[in-house]
Amino acid sequence: MNALTLIDQLPVLPIVIPLLVGALLVALGHHAAAAPLGFASLLLVLGCAAALGVQTAGGTVISYLAGNWQAPFGIALAVDRLAALMLLVTALIAIACQLAAADGLLQRHPRFPALLQFQVAGLNGAFLTADLFNLFVFFEVLLIASYALLMVTSGREAVRAGVHYVVINLFSSALFLLAAALLYGVLGTLNMADLSLRVAAVAPQDRALVEAAGLMLLVAFGIKAAALPLGFWLPATYGAAAAPVAALFAVMTKVGLYAIARVGTLLFGAGGYASVSGPVLLVVGLATLAFAAIGGLAARDLRTLAAWMICGSAGTLLMLVGVGTHASLGAALFYLPHATFAAAALMLVAGLLASARGTALADRFEAGPRPAGATLLGTLFVVCGLASAGLPPFSGFVAKAILLDSVIDSPAAVAIWIVVLGASLAWVVALSRGGSLVFWKSAAAPEGAPLDEAQPAAFQPGELHEAEPRPGAVSAIVLLAAAGVAIVLFAAPLARHFARAGAQLQSPSDYREAVLGRMPVSGTAPAGVAP
Amino acid sequence: MALLYASGIGLLTAAGIWLMLRTRSFDAVLGLTLLSYAVNLFVFAMGRLHVAAAPLLRDPSLEPALANYADPLPQALVLTAIVISFGMTAVLLALAVRSRIDSGDDHVDGDAP
Repeated sequence: MNALTLIDQLPVLPIVIPLLVGALLVALGHHAAAAPLGFASLLLVLGCAAALGVQTAGGTVISYLAGNWQAPFGIALAVDRLAALMLLVTALIAIACQLAAADGLLQRHPRFPALLQFQVAGLNGAFLTADLFNLFVFFEVLLIASYALLMVTSGREAVRAGVHYVVINLFSSALFLLAAALLYGVLGTLNMADLSLRVAAVAPQDRALVEAAGLMLLVAFGIKAAALPLGFWLPATYGAAAAPVAALFAVMTKVGLYAIARVGTLLFGAGGYASVSGPVLLVVGLATLAFAAIGGLAARDLRTLAAWMICGSAGTLLMLVGVGTHASLGAALFYLPHATFAAAALMLVAGLLASARGTALADRFEAGPRPAGATLLGTLFVVCGLASAGLPPFSGFVAKAILLDSVIDSPAAVAIWIVVLGASLAWVVALSRGGSLVFWKSAAAPEGAPLDEAQPAAFQPGELHEAEPRPGAVSAIVLLAAAGVAIVLFAAPLARHFARAGAQLQSPSDYREAVLGRMPVSGTAPAGVAP
Repeated sequence: MALLYASGIGLLTAAGIWLMLRTRSFDAVLGLTLLSYAVNLFVFAMGRLHVAAAPLLRDPSLEPALANYADPLPQALVLTAIVISFGMTAVLLALAVRSRIDSGDDHVDGDAP
């Protein structure tokens, strides 16, 4: 009867576009148009994400019925403020990743654009879906793309880290599936909105089963988010990946955090997981952050340091979700894009540094000959480093200030302040020590002598010394830094918006109504959908 | 039947986790495979155990309650999960073989410490 317009299809486009373009790119193979086509697709996804962001800014939750089946029976997608934010962050990071890959990765690995499309499709699907099993499927899609992306460097380190990464993620998938099945067995649905309704009405003797399933999901998501006892795979994996891929992976831990926040509030109400697991999330988050600060101090190269900072940002977010007030959730949402952009930019700087200094020194914190283009590199290093560590005037400072302010009423405020500020200090120390070794001691040091000669230069195998400028990576870093500057410039409206997004996350009734209340388009409904 | 089924899942899970904790990559692959079998059986059981029950009710005299038909959804979920775990195991095997060739050792860390 009434035809669907393109606007109605908007929520599904961020999944469908990269999926179709990815398949097309696989067919195109080495064709010269492959990379530009992939880039155009990413821009289109960014446009869709921005449009969804505008549509949801007022507080509406948009839902989409895949295949026009009514919600608890078919698979629904839902976009609220949080999902739109995650889509935007993902699209920006993916664009930066492809820009940076133009410096050599694209030429060496013609399959890279296709893999990137599949990765983006999986990420977007995980952020959009309103179905628990579908979330599992999209997790697998994004994981299998990430396994392949990790292997594009295919060095020995990458293969070794890859085995660990795949094994731990397969284990977490098994846990996820067990928990999802348990929820289905008790509650009889997998639609997240429907789950949320039925949890509230569950029989008292089944309550423990539901909580057990919810906590198993928490462990599965915790592995993805690299929370402390489950996150040891992260620094090795991210350190072994090629720089543009590692930058893309900065958004991957955030999928786990998104799932913790989303599933927690839908299953267990406004407090999320905090109302079931008590202060566990808060403690685990703080421990992760403290551990990441120590790891950062011990890091011997920039890439490992950046990986520890990603780990620390996951810990910070986990802690904020664990505090579970709407102010802390708002602060978490403000912190999330900043942390992702800053960490990705730092990873790209590490890649630039490694290629400027050659495989012998790479991005290790060792004195050596002055790297080519030291002024530009040094500037990028300082900007991205200060932004990641949370010093003014960059986005990290504003995010940190909002964060510290948001937890001031929490009983754990003192511990949080100490750990957050201590971690910042540790990272500043690590960055300034590394930066002065690389950029200032460089001219004075004798050729190839100091510190750690025992390790052979197997850091980035296959990468030859390239002294020429790398416009792709530089433009990607500038893009990410510009996003960071935009966060600072529009800090006040953004903070208000994210606080509202946090409040929306905590009152899932809108989400439920949008998903379950959506009727199939009349006239084209498949027969027999009536409940 | 429920006891037998549950013990089977328990045994598979125990064996899977034990194998997964070993340091040889082939053992880890086998362990994950067993674990995924256990998970698949568990998902299947969450639709309740039925013998000789059709997933669709054709007899109008029967009441449309779960006692009279087998829930088709877990069966569909298991099918998806099998396909996914099959693909993932293939990726992991390829990686493990690559690591074995690279390092000449099938220790999960590349070489035994």
